[in-house]
Amino acid sequence: MTRTFDEINDKIRRGQVAVFTAEEAVEMARECGVSEAARKIDVVTCATFGPMCSSGAFINFGHSDPRIRMTEITLNNVPASGGLAAVDTYMGATEQSRTEGMSYGGAHVIEDLIAGRPVTLRASSPGTDCYPRRSLEATLTLAELNQAYLYNPRNGYQNYPAATNSSGRALYTYMGTLLPDYGNVTYSTSGELSPLLKDPELRTIGIGTRVFLAGAQGYVAWQGTQYTRGHDAYEDGDDFNGATLAVIGDMKRMNPRYIRAAVFPRYGVTMFVGLGIPIPVLDEDLMDRLSRSNERIFTQLVDYSTGRLSRPTLGRVSYAQLRSGSINLAGRVVPTAPLSSLYMAREIAALLKQDVSRGEFLLQEPVEMLPVSHPMNPMAGVKEERLP
Amino acid sequence: MKTIKVMMRFPASQTDKPVTSYLVRDYNLVFNILQAQIHPGMRGELTMELTGSEEDLANGIAFLRGEHIEVVVVSRSIVWDCDSCVHCGACTAVCPSAALSLGSDGLLSFDESKCVLCELCVKSCPLSVMAVNYTEN
Ligand code: SF4
Ligand code: SF4
Repeated sequence: MTRTFDEINDKIRRGQVAVFTAEEAVEMARECGVSEAARKIDVVTCATFGPMCSSGAFINFGHSDPRIRMTEITLNNVPASGGLAAVDTYMGATEQSRTEGMSYGGAHVIEDLIAGRPVTLRASSPGTDCYPRRSLEATLTLAELNQAYLYNPRNGYQNYPAATNSSGRALYTYMGTLLPDYGNVTYSTSGELSPLLKDPELRTIGIGTRVFLAGAQGYVAWQGTQYTRGHDAYEDGDDFNGATLAVIGDMKRMNPRYIRAAVFPRYGVTMFVGLGIPIPVLDEDLMDRLSRSNERIFTQLVDYSTGRLSRPTLGRVSYAQLRSGSINLAGRVVPTAPLSSLYMAREIAALLKQDVSRGEFLLQEPVEMLPVSHPMNPMAGVKEERLP
Repeated sequence: MKTIKVMMRFPASQTDKPVTSYLVRDYNLVFNILQAQIHPGMRGELTMELTGSEEDLANGIAFLRGEHIEVVVVSRSIVWDCDSCVHCGACTAVCPSAALSLGSDGLLSFDESKCVLCELCVKSCPLSVMAVNYTEN
Protein backbone atom coordinates (compact mmCIF):
# COMPACT_ATOMS: atom_id res chain seq x y z
CA MET A 1 0.00 0.00 0.00
CA THR A 2 1.46 3.36 -1.03
CA ARG A 3 0.01 6.83 -1.58
CA THR A 4 1.38 10.03 -3.08
CA PHE A 5 0.73 13.63 -2.07
CA ASP A 6 -1.13 14.14 -5.35
CA GLU A 7 -3.46 11.20 -4.76
CA ILE A 8 -4.25 12.45 -1.29
CA ASN A 9 -4.88 16.00 -2.50
CA ASP A 10 -7.26 14.61 -5.13
CA LYS A 11 -9.18 12.84 -2.39
CA ILE A 12 -9.23 16.08 -0.36
CA ARG A 13 -10.65 17.99 -3.35
CA ARG A 14 -13.30 15.30 -3.92
CA GLY A 15 -14.24 15.37 -0.24
CA GLN A 16 -13.30 11.69 0.19
CA VAL A 17 -10.25 11.94 2.37
CA ALA A 18 -9.97 10.01 5.64
CA VAL A 19 -8.34 12.26 8.25
CA PHE A 20 -7.55 11.25 11.81
CA THR A 21 -5.86 13.17 14.60
CA ALA A 22 -2.61 11.60 15.82
CA GLU A 23 -4.35 10.32 18.95
CA GLU A 24 -7.17 8.78 16.93
CA ALA A 25 -4.64 7.18 14.59
CA VAL A 26 -2.80 5.62 17.55
CA GLU A 27 -6.12 4.22 18.78
CA MET A 28 -7.05 2.90 15.33
CA ALA A 29 -3.69 1.13 14.90
CA ARG A 30 -4.05 -0.37 18.37
CA GLU A 31 -7.48 -1.77 17.46
CA CYS A 32 -6.92 -3.05 13.96
CA GLY A 33 -3.17 -3.18 13.42
CA VAL A 34 -0.78 -1.00 11.46
CA SER A 35 -1.52 -2.41 7.97
CA GLU A 36 -5.24 -2.01 8.32
CA ALA A 37 -4.81 1.50 9.77
CA ALA A 38 -2.56 2.42 6.85
CA ARG A 39 -5.30 1.34 4.45
CA LYS A 40 -8.01 3.27 6.27
CA ILE A 41 -6.20 6.55 7.02
CA ASP A 42 -4.98 9.07 4.43
CA VAL A 43 -3.87 11.92 6.65
CA VAL A 44 -2.89 12.22 10.32
CA THR A 45 -3.00 15.67 11.96
CA CYS A 46 -0.37 16.50 14.58
CA ALA A 47 -0.12 19.61 16.74
CA THR A 48 1.65 21.31 19.57
CA PHE A 49 0.97 24.39 21.68
CA GLY A 50 3.96 25.24 23.82
CA PRO A 51 6.34 28.04 24.74
CA MET A 52 8.67 28.77 21.82
CA CYS A 53 11.13 31.56 22.59
CA SER A 54 12.65 31.66 19.12
CA SER A 55 9.72 33.47 17.54
CA GLY A 56 9.17 36.94 16.14
CA ALA A 57 7.56 39.14 13.51
CA PHE A 58 8.74 41.01 10.44
CA ILE A 59 6.80 44.23 9.95
CA ASN A 60 6.70 46.96 7.33
CA PHE A 61 5.00 50.14 8.53
CA GLY A 62 4.82 52.11 5.26
CA HIS A 63 6.51 55.48 4.80
CA SER A 64 5.85 58.66 6.75
CA ASP A 65 5.91 62.13 5.19
CA PRO A 66 8.68 63.19 5.11
CA ARG A 67 10.37 59.81 5.00
CA ILE A 68 12.33 58.41 7.92
CA ARG A 69 15.02 55.74 8.02
CA MET A 70 14.28 54.36 11.46
CA THR A 71 17.32 53.29 13.48
CA GLU A 72 15.84 53.26 17.00
CA ILE A 73 12.44 51.59 17.14
CA THR A 74 10.06 50.69 19.94
CA LEU A 75 6.57 49.19 19.81
CA ASN A 76 4.65 49.84 23.04
CA ASN A 77 8.08 50.67 24.53
CA VAL A 78 9.56 47.29 23.55
CA PRO A 79 12.69 47.69 21.41
CA ALA A 80 12.52 46.25 17.90
CA SER A 81 15.35 45.90 15.41
CA GLY A 82 16.52 49.11 13.74
CA GLY A 83 18.93 47.13 11.64
CA LEU A 84 16.78 46.66 8.53
CA ALA A 85 15.64 49.03 5.76
CA ALA A 86 13.89 52.35 6.43
CA VAL A 87 10.51 51.23 7.75
CA ASP A 88 11.09 47.50 8.22
CA THR A 89 11.65 45.86 11.57
CA TYR A 90 11.85 42.51 13.33
CA MET A 91 10.14 42.27 16.69
CA GLY A 92 11.62 39.41 18.69
CA ALA A 93 9.26 37.64 21.08
CA THR A 94 11.58 37.67 24.11
CA GLU A 95 12.49 41.37 23.92
CA GLN A 96 11.49 43.16 27.13
CA SER A 97 9.75 46.48 27.69
CA ARG A 98 11.92 49.46 28.60
CA THR A 99 9.31 50.61 31.09
CA GLU A 100 7.65 47.43 32.35
CA GLY A 101 10.56 45.00 32.28
CA MET A 102 9.70 41.36 31.81
CA SER A 103 5.99 41.72 32.46
CA TYR A 104 5.48 42.95 28.87
CA GLY A 105 7.58 42.10 25.85
CA GLY A 106 7.81 41.42 22.15
CA ALA A 107 5.43 38.48 22.45
CA HIS A 108 2.80 40.77 23.98
CA VAL A 109 3.24 43.27 21.12
CA ILE A 110 2.68 40.42 18.63
CA GLU A 111 -0.35 39.18 20.56
CA ASP A 112 -1.81 42.71 20.75
CA LEU A 113 -1.38 43.17 17.00
CA ILE A 114 -3.00 39.82 16.16
CA ALA A 115 -5.87 40.60 18.53
CA GLY A 116 -6.44 43.86 16.58
CA ARG A 117 -5.37 46.13 19.43
CA PRO A 118 -3.58 49.39 18.51
CA VAL A 119 0.16 49.52 19.15
CA THR A 120 2.30 52.64 19.55
CA LEU A 121 5.37 52.96 17.33
CA ARG A 122 8.13 55.36 18.33
CA ALA A 123 11.12 55.76 16.06
CA SER A 124 14.11 58.00 15.65
CA SER A 125 16.88 58.46 13.15
CA PRO A 126 19.94 60.64 12.58
CA GLY A 127 18.29 61.80 9.32
CA THR A 128 19.76 61.57 5.81
CA ASP A 129 19.30 63.54 2.59
CA CYS A 130 16.83 60.98 1.29
CA TYR A 131 15.23 60.27 4.71
CA PRO A 132 15.19 63.68 6.43
CA ARG A 133 12.73 62.94 9.23
CA ARG A 134 14.31 62.39 12.65
CA SER A 135 11.52 61.11 14.85
CA LEU A 136 7.93 60.03 14.85
CA GLU A 137 5.19 58.53 16.96
CA ALA A 138 2.25 56.66 15.49
CA THR A 139 -0.55 54.43 16.70
CA LEU A 140 -1.15 51.51 14.38
CA THR A 141 -3.21 48.38 14.08
CA LEU A 142 -2.36 45.17 12.24
CA ALA A 143 -4.75 45.99 9.39
CA GLU A 144 -2.82 49.21 8.70
CA LEU A 145 0.55 47.53 8.30
CA ASN A 146 1.78 46.69 4.80
CA GLN A 147 3.23 43.35 5.86
CA ALA A 148 3.27 41.60 9.18
CA TYR A 149 4.34 37.98 9.25
CA LEU A 150 5.73 35.70 11.86
CA TYR A 151 9.07 34.22 11.06
CA ASN A 152 9.96 31.89 13.89
CA PRO A 153 13.55 30.67 13.49
CA ARG A 154 13.08 27.68 15.78
CA ASN A 155 9.71 26.05 16.44
CA GLY A 156 8.33 22.57 16.59
CA TYR A 157 11.22 20.93 18.46
CA GLN A 158 11.21 17.26 17.63
CA ASN A 159 11.73 16.27 21.23
CA TYR A 160 12.92 18.07 24.33
CA PRO A 161 14.46 16.71 27.52
CA ALA A 162 12.36 16.75 30.68
CA ALA A 163 13.80 18.88 33.49
CA THR A 164 14.41 18.41 37.18
CA ASN A 165 16.59 19.99 39.85
CA SER A 166 18.87 18.18 42.29
CA SER A 167 20.12 21.39 43.95
CA GLY A 168 18.96 22.78 47.26
CA ARG A 169 17.25 25.88 45.85
CA ALA A 170 14.33 26.47 43.50
CA LEU A 171 15.37 27.29 39.93
CA TYR A 172 13.35 29.66 37.75
CA THR A 173 13.85 28.51 34.18
CA TYR A 174 12.26 28.37 30.76
CA MET A 175 11.20 24.89 31.88
CA GLY A 176 9.12 26.53 34.61
CA THR A 177 9.80 26.59 38.35
CA LEU A 178 11.96 23.59 39.26
CA LEU A 179 11.55 22.87 42.95
CA PRO A 180 14.64 21.96 45.00
CA ASP A 181 15.81 18.43 45.76
CA TYR A 182 14.03 16.71 42.85
CA GLY A 183 10.80 18.43 43.91
CA ASN A 184 9.23 18.12 40.45
CA VAL A 185 9.80 17.24 36.81
CA THR A 186 8.58 19.38 33.91
CA TYR A 187 8.40 18.50 30.23
CA SER A 188 7.44 20.37 27.12
CA THR A 189 6.20 18.42 24.13
CA SER A 190 2.80 17.13 23.14
CA GLY A 191 4.21 13.56 22.93
CA GLU A 192 2.20 11.37 20.61
CA LEU A 193 0.56 14.45 19.05
CA SER A 194 3.88 16.14 18.30
CA PRO A 195 4.56 16.54 14.53
CA LEU A 196 8.27 15.74 14.32
CA LEU A 197 7.91 12.77 16.67
CA LYS A 198 5.32 11.25 14.35
CA ASP A 199 7.33 11.64 11.15
CA PRO A 200 10.71 11.25 12.84
CA GLU A 201 12.69 10.76 9.64
CA LEU A 202 11.09 13.89 8.15
CA ARG A 203 9.89 11.98 5.11
CA THR A 204 6.95 14.36 4.56
CA ILE A 205 8.09 17.53 6.31
CA GLY A 206 10.60 19.82 4.60
CA ILE A 207 10.92 23.23 2.99
CA GLY A 208 7.54 24.31 1.65
CA THR A 209 5.38 22.06 3.84
CA ARG A 210 2.10 23.83 4.54
CA VAL A 211 1.40 24.08 8.26
CA PHE A 212 -1.17 25.49 10.64
CA LEU A 213 0.58 28.41 12.33
CA ALA A 214 -1.43 30.20 15.01
CA GLY A 215 -4.65 29.86 13.02
CA ALA A 216 -3.20 30.79 9.61
CA GLN A 217 -1.91 28.55 6.84
CA GLY A 218 1.85 29.02 6.99
CA TYR A 219 4.88 27.21 5.67
CA VAL A 220 8.08 25.55 6.73
CA ALA A 221 10.65 28.06 5.51
CA TRP A 222 13.91 26.35 6.38
CA GLN A 223 15.51 24.04 8.89
CA GLY A 224 15.12 25.55 12.33
CA THR A 225 18.11 26.99 14.15
CA GLN A 226 20.03 24.36 16.16
CA TYR A 227 18.62 21.71 13.83
CA THR A 228 20.54 18.51 14.53
CA ARG A 229 20.24 15.09 12.97
CA GLY A 230 22.38 12.02 12.96
CA HIS A 231 24.79 13.61 15.43
CA ASP A 232 22.67 13.81 18.50
CA ALA A 233 24.15 12.41 21.66
CA TYR A 234 20.66 11.33 22.74
CA GLU A 235 19.77 9.57 19.51
CA ASP A 236 19.63 5.94 20.43
CA GLY A 237 17.53 3.50 18.48
CA ASP A 238 14.08 4.89 18.25
CA ASP A 239 14.72 8.15 20.09
CA PHE A 240 14.71 11.10 17.75
CA ASN A 241 15.41 14.50 19.15
CA GLY A 242 17.18 17.23 17.32
CA ALA A 243 15.14 18.38 14.31
CA THR A 244 13.56 21.86 14.45
CA LEU A 245 11.64 23.98 11.95
CA ALA A 246 11.73 27.61 10.88
CA VAL A 247 8.14 28.57 10.08
CA ILE A 248 6.52 31.55 8.44
CA GLY A 249 2.92 32.78 8.34
CA ASP A 250 0.77 35.86 7.78
CA MET A 251 -0.19 37.51 11.07
CA LYS A 252 -3.24 39.07 9.41
CA ARG A 253 -4.76 35.61 9.14
CA MET A 254 -3.88 34.46 12.63
CA ASN A 255 -6.22 33.89 15.55
CA PRO A 256 -5.20 35.21 18.98
CA ARG A 257 -6.51 32.00 20.55
CA TYR A 258 -3.59 30.07 19.06
CA ILE A 259 -0.74 32.39 19.98
CA ARG A 260 -0.27 33.72 23.51
CA ALA A 261 2.37 35.87 25.13
CA ALA A 262 3.74 34.39 28.34
CA VAL A 263 6.14 35.23 31.12
CA PHE A 264 8.18 32.67 32.99
CA PRO A 265 8.90 34.18 36.41
CA ARG A 266 12.47 35.38 36.87
CA TYR A 267 13.30 34.10 33.39
CA GLY A 268 11.51 36.34 30.93
CA VAL A 269 9.06 36.69 28.10
CA THR A 270 8.19 33.90 25.72
CA MET A 271 5.35 32.92 23.46
CA PHE A 272 3.00 29.95 23.25
CA VAL A 273 2.74 29.13 19.55
CA GLY A 274 0.13 26.82 18.08
CA LEU A 275 1.65 24.68 15.32
CA GLY A 276 -0.14 21.94 13.43
CA ILE A 277 1.14 19.70 10.64
CA PRO A 278 -0.87 17.18 8.58
CA ILE A 279 1.12 14.07 7.78
CA PRO A 280 0.13 12.02 4.71
CA VAL A 281 0.14 8.27 5.25
CA LEU A 282 2.44 7.45 2.31
CA ASP A 283 2.96 3.82 3.29
CA GLU A 284 2.82 1.28 6.10
CA ASP A 285 6.23 2.26 7.33
CA LEU A 286 5.08 5.79 8.01
CA MET A 287 1.89 4.45 9.60
CA ASP A 288 4.06 2.41 11.91
CA ARG A 289 5.75 5.62 13.07
CA LEU A 290 2.41 7.38 13.33
CA SER A 291 1.02 4.58 15.46
CA ARG A 292 3.61 5.07 18.21
CA SER A 293 1.86 5.98 21.42
CA ASN A 294 3.21 7.81 24.48
CA GLU A 295 4.33 4.43 25.87
CA ARG A 296 6.75 4.14 22.96
CA ILE A 297 8.07 7.71 22.81
CA PHE A 298 10.87 8.60 25.17
CA THR A 299 12.87 11.59 26.27
CA GLN A 300 15.87 12.18 28.49
CA LEU A 301 15.53 13.53 31.99
CA VAL A 302 18.05 16.32 32.59
CA ASP A 303 19.23 17.90 35.84
CA TYR A 304 19.18 21.71 35.56
CA SER A 305 21.13 22.25 38.78
CA THR A 306 24.34 23.08 36.91
CA GLY A 307 24.81 26.29 34.98
CA ARG A 308 27.31 24.60 32.67
CA LEU A 309 26.69 23.84 29.01
CA SER A 310 26.53 20.13 29.55
CA ARG A 311 23.92 19.02 32.04
CA PRO A 312 23.82 15.56 33.62
CA THR A 313 21.14 13.21 32.34
CA LEU A 314 19.35 11.00 34.81
CA GLY A 315 17.89 8.49 32.41
CA ARG A 316 15.15 7.96 29.92
CA VAL A 317 11.42 8.35 30.54
CA SER A 318 8.40 7.72 28.32
CA TYR A 319 5.73 10.32 27.71
CA ALA A 320 3.23 7.88 29.18
CA GLN A 321 5.19 7.97 32.45
CA LEU A 322 5.45 11.77 32.33
CA ARG A 323 1.74 12.10 31.56
CA SER A 324 0.78 9.85 34.45
CA GLY A 325 1.50 12.68 36.89
CA SER A 326 4.51 11.21 38.68
CA ILE A 327 7.67 9.22 38.10
CA ASN A 328 10.08 7.35 40.35
CA LEU A 329 13.31 9.24 40.77
CA ALA A 330 16.11 8.81 43.30
CA GLY A 331 13.90 6.38 45.22
CA ARG A 332 11.02 8.83 45.50
CA VAL A 333 7.75 9.53 43.74
CA VAL A 334 8.24 12.89 42.02
CA PRO A 335 5.32 14.82 40.49
CA THR A 336 5.52 15.61 36.78
CA ALA A 337 3.92 18.54 34.98
CA PRO A 338 3.76 19.65 31.37
CA LEU A 339 4.46 23.15 30.05
CA SER A 340 2.92 22.70 26.64
CA SER A 341 -0.83 22.46 26.53
CA LEU A 342 -2.25 19.07 25.60
CA TYR A 343 -5.72 20.58 25.56
CA MET A 344 -4.80 23.22 22.97
CA ALA A 345 -2.72 20.74 20.92
CA ARG A 346 -5.79 18.49 20.71
CA GLU A 347 -7.95 21.42 19.69
CA ILE A 348 -5.52 22.37 16.90
CA ALA A 349 -5.21 18.78 15.66
CA ALA A 350 -9.02 18.55 15.53
CA LEU A 351 -9.32 21.90 13.75
CA LEU A 352 -6.72 20.89 11.18
CA LYS A 353 -8.53 17.59 10.67
CA GLN A 354 -11.71 19.54 9.98
CA ASP A 355 -9.96 21.91 7.53
CA VAL A 356 -8.37 19.04 5.58
CA SER A 357 -11.64 17.06 5.52
CA ARG A 358 -13.54 20.07 4.19
CA GLY A 359 -11.04 20.65 1.41
CA GLU A 360 -9.81 23.91 2.92
CA PHE A 361 -6.29 22.71 3.63
CA LEU A 362 -4.32 20.94 0.92
CA LEU A 363 -1.09 19.11 1.61
CA GLN A 364 2.07 20.57 0.14
CA GLU A 365 4.89 18.22 -0.75
CA PRO A 366 8.27 19.63 0.37
CA VAL A 367 10.13 21.43 -2.42
CA GLU A 368 13.35 20.40 -0.70
CA MET A 369 13.99 17.90 2.08
CA LEU A 370 15.83 18.87 5.25
CA PRO A 371 19.31 17.41 5.77
CA VAL A 372 19.48 13.85 7.11
CA SER A 373 22.73 14.65 8.85
CA HIS A 374 23.59 17.90 10.54
CA PRO A 375 25.76 18.60 13.60
CA MET A 376 25.15 21.04 16.41
CA ASN A 377 28.40 22.64 17.50
CA PRO A 378 29.08 24.62 20.66
CA MET A 379 30.15 28.25 20.22
CA ALA A 380 33.58 28.60 18.65
CA GLY A 381 36.29 31.00 19.73
CA VAL A 382 34.99 31.65 23.23
CA LYS A 383 36.89 31.02 26.46
CA GLU A 384 35.31 28.97 29.20
CA GLU A 385 34.30 31.02 32.20
CA ARG A 386 34.08 29.93 35.82
CA LEU A 387 30.67 30.04 37.44
CA PRO A 388 30.44 32.14 40.61
CA MET B 1 -0.58 34.04 68.30
CA LYS B 2 -2.89 34.49 65.38
CA THR B 3 -2.60 36.06 61.93
CA ILE B 4 -5.47 37.87 60.32
CA LYS B 5 -5.81 39.94 57.20
CA VAL B 6 -7.36 43.33 57.35
CA MET B 7 -8.24 45.92 54.79
CA MET B 8 -8.10 49.49 56.06
CA ARG B 9 -9.73 52.46 54.39
CA PHE B 10 -8.29 55.77 55.45
CA PRO B 11 -10.14 59.05 55.19
CA ALA B 12 -8.10 61.81 53.54
CA SER B 13 -7.30 63.39 56.91
CA GLN B 14 -5.55 60.27 58.19
CA THR B 15 -3.27 59.24 55.33
CA ASP B 16 -0.21 60.95 56.74
CA LYS B 17 -0.43 59.42 60.24
CA PRO B 18 1.99 56.53 60.88
CA VAL B 19 -0.74 54.31 62.35
CA THR B 20 1.10 51.11 61.53
CA SER B 21 4.00 52.08 63.77
CA TYR B 22 1.52 52.60 66.66
CA LEU B 23 0.24 49.07 66.07
CA VAL B 24 3.77 47.78 66.54
CA ARG B 25 4.72 50.02 69.45
CA ASP B 26 1.51 50.06 71.48
CA TYR B 27 -0.16 46.77 70.56
CA ASN B 28 2.79 44.38 69.96
CA LEU B 29 1.48 43.55 66.51
CA VAL B 30 3.62 42.45 63.60
CA PHE B 31 2.43 43.62 60.20
CA ASN B 32 3.08 42.66 56.63
CA ILE B 33 1.73 44.94 53.92
CA LEU B 34 0.12 43.04 51.05
CA GLN B 35 -1.39 45.81 48.98
CA ALA B 36 -1.19 49.56 49.44
CA GLN B 37 -2.77 52.47 47.70
CA ILE B 38 -2.08 55.55 49.72
CA HIS B 39 -1.55 59.04 48.44
CA PRO B 40 -0.89 61.62 51.20
CA GLY B 41 -3.83 63.98 51.55
CA MET B 42 -6.22 61.65 49.72
CA ARG B 43 -8.25 58.56 50.60
CA GLY B 44 -6.14 55.45 50.87
CA GLU B 45 -6.48 51.69 51.12
CA LEU B 46 -4.12 49.27 52.75
CA THR B 47 -4.38 45.49 52.94
CA MET B 48 -2.10 43.84 55.43
CA GLU B 49 -1.54 40.84 57.61
CA LEU B 50 -1.48 41.43 61.35
CA THR B 51 0.01 38.92 63.77
CA GLY B 52 -0.42 39.03 67.54
CA SER B 53 -2.42 37.67 70.46
CA GLU B 54 -6.21 37.73 70.25
CA GLU B 55 -6.32 40.52 72.81
CA ASP B 56 -3.69 42.69 71.11
CA LEU B 57 -5.39 42.22 67.76
CA ALA B 58 -8.77 43.28 69.17
CA ASN B 59 -7.25 46.31 70.89
CA GLY B 60 -5.27 47.27 67.78
CA ILE B 61 -8.37 47.17 65.61
CA ALA B 62 -10.33 49.18 68.18
CA PHE B 63 -7.55 51.77 68.11
CA LEU B 64 -7.70 52.02 64.30
CA ARG B 65 -11.47 52.42 64.33
CA GLY B 66 -11.07 55.16 66.96
CA GLU B 67 -8.87 56.95 64.45
CA HIS B 68 -11.79 56.94 61.97
CA ILE B 69 -10.16 54.26 59.88
CA GLU B 70 -12.55 51.72 58.45
CA VAL B 71 -11.25 48.23 59.23
CA VAL B 72 -12.57 45.06 57.63
CA VAL B 73 -11.21 41.62 58.34
CA VAL B 74 -10.78 39.95 54.99
CA SER B 75 -10.06 36.50 53.74
CA ARG B 76 -7.61 35.64 51.06
CA SER B 77 -8.41 33.29 48.23
CA ILE B 78 -6.93 32.20 44.94
CA VAL B 79 -8.91 32.91 41.80
CA TRP B 80 -8.40 31.16 38.49
CA ASP B 81 -9.38 32.97 35.32
CA CYS B 82 -10.50 29.86 33.48
CA ASP B 83 -11.29 31.66 30.21
CA SER B 84 -7.72 32.95 29.82
CA CYS B 85 -6.10 29.67 30.90
CA VAL B 86 -4.40 27.63 28.16
CA HIS B 87 -4.31 24.48 30.32
CA CYS B 88 -0.55 24.15 29.94
CA GLY B 89 -0.16 22.66 33.40
CA ALA B 90 2.85 24.73 34.50
CA CYS B 91 1.04 25.61 37.74
CA THR B 92 0.56 21.93 38.61
CA ALA B 93 4.36 21.63 38.80
CA VAL B 94 4.47 23.78 41.92
CA CYS B 95 1.12 23.20 43.62
CA PRO B 96 1.95 21.34 46.86
CA SER B 97 -1.58 20.22 47.65
CA ALA B 98 -2.89 18.87 44.33
CA ALA B 99 -5.51 21.62 44.36
CA LEU B 100 -4.50 22.17 40.75
CA SER B 101 -4.51 19.15 38.49
CA LEU B 102 -4.89 18.21 34.85
CA GLY B 103 -7.69 15.84 33.94
CA SER B 104 -7.42 13.15 31.28
CA ASP B 105 -9.27 15.56 28.97
CA GLY B 106 -6.27 17.87 29.35
CA LEU B 107 -8.25 20.51 31.20
CA LEU B 108 -6.95 22.13 34.35
CA SER B 109 -9.18 21.87 37.36
CA PHE B 110 -8.92 23.87 40.55
CA ASP B 111 -10.21 22.32 43.75
CA GLU B 112 -10.35 25.30 46.07
CA SER B 113 -11.00 23.16 49.12
CA LYS B 114 -7.53 21.63 48.79
CA CYS B 115 -5.77 24.98 48.30
CA VAL B 116 -3.34 25.92 51.07
CA LEU B 117 -2.96 29.50 49.79
CA CYS B 118 0.79 29.21 49.23
CA GLU B 119 0.50 31.42 46.11
CA LEU B 120 3.17 29.43 44.25
CA CYS B 121 0.82 29.05 41.29
CA VAL B 122 0.30 32.81 41.16
CA LYS B 123 4.04 33.26 40.76
CA SER B 124 4.46 30.40 38.31
CA CYS B 125 1.61 30.77 35.82
CA PRO B 126 3.17 32.08 32.60
CA LEU B 127 -0.09 33.75 31.58
CA SER B 128 -0.84 35.38 34.95
CA VAL B 129 -4.25 33.81 35.14
CA MET B 130 -3.97 32.75 38.81
CA ALA B 131 -4.42 35.69 41.17
CA VAL B 132 -4.85 36.46 44.85
CA ASN B 133 -8.17 37.91 45.81
CA TYR B 134 -9.14 39.56 49.08
CA THR B 135 -12.76 39.52 50.08
CA GLU B 136 -14.49 41.07 53.07
CA ASN B 137 -15.61 38.59 55.70
S1 SF4 C 1 -0.05 27.71 34.48
FE1 SF4 C 1 -1.64 29.25 34.12
S2 SF4 C 1 -2.25 28.96 31.97
FE2 SF4 C 1 -1.10 27.14 32.56
S3 SF4 C 1 -2.68 25.68 33.27
FE3 SF4 C 1 -1.99 26.78 35.10
S4 SF4 C 1 -3.42 28.51 35.29
FE4 SF4 C 1 -3.65 27.72 33.20
S1 SF4 D 1 -2.06 28.71 46.17
FE1 SF4 D 1 -0.69 26.94 46.42
S2 SF4 D 1 -2.06 25.30 47.09
FE2 SF4 D 1 -3.39 26.90 46.26
S3 SF4 D 1 -3.69 26.30 44.16
FE3 SF4 D 1 -1.95 27.72 44.17
S4 SF4 D 1 -0.15 26.39 44.31
FE4 SF4 D 1 -1.91 25.12 44.86
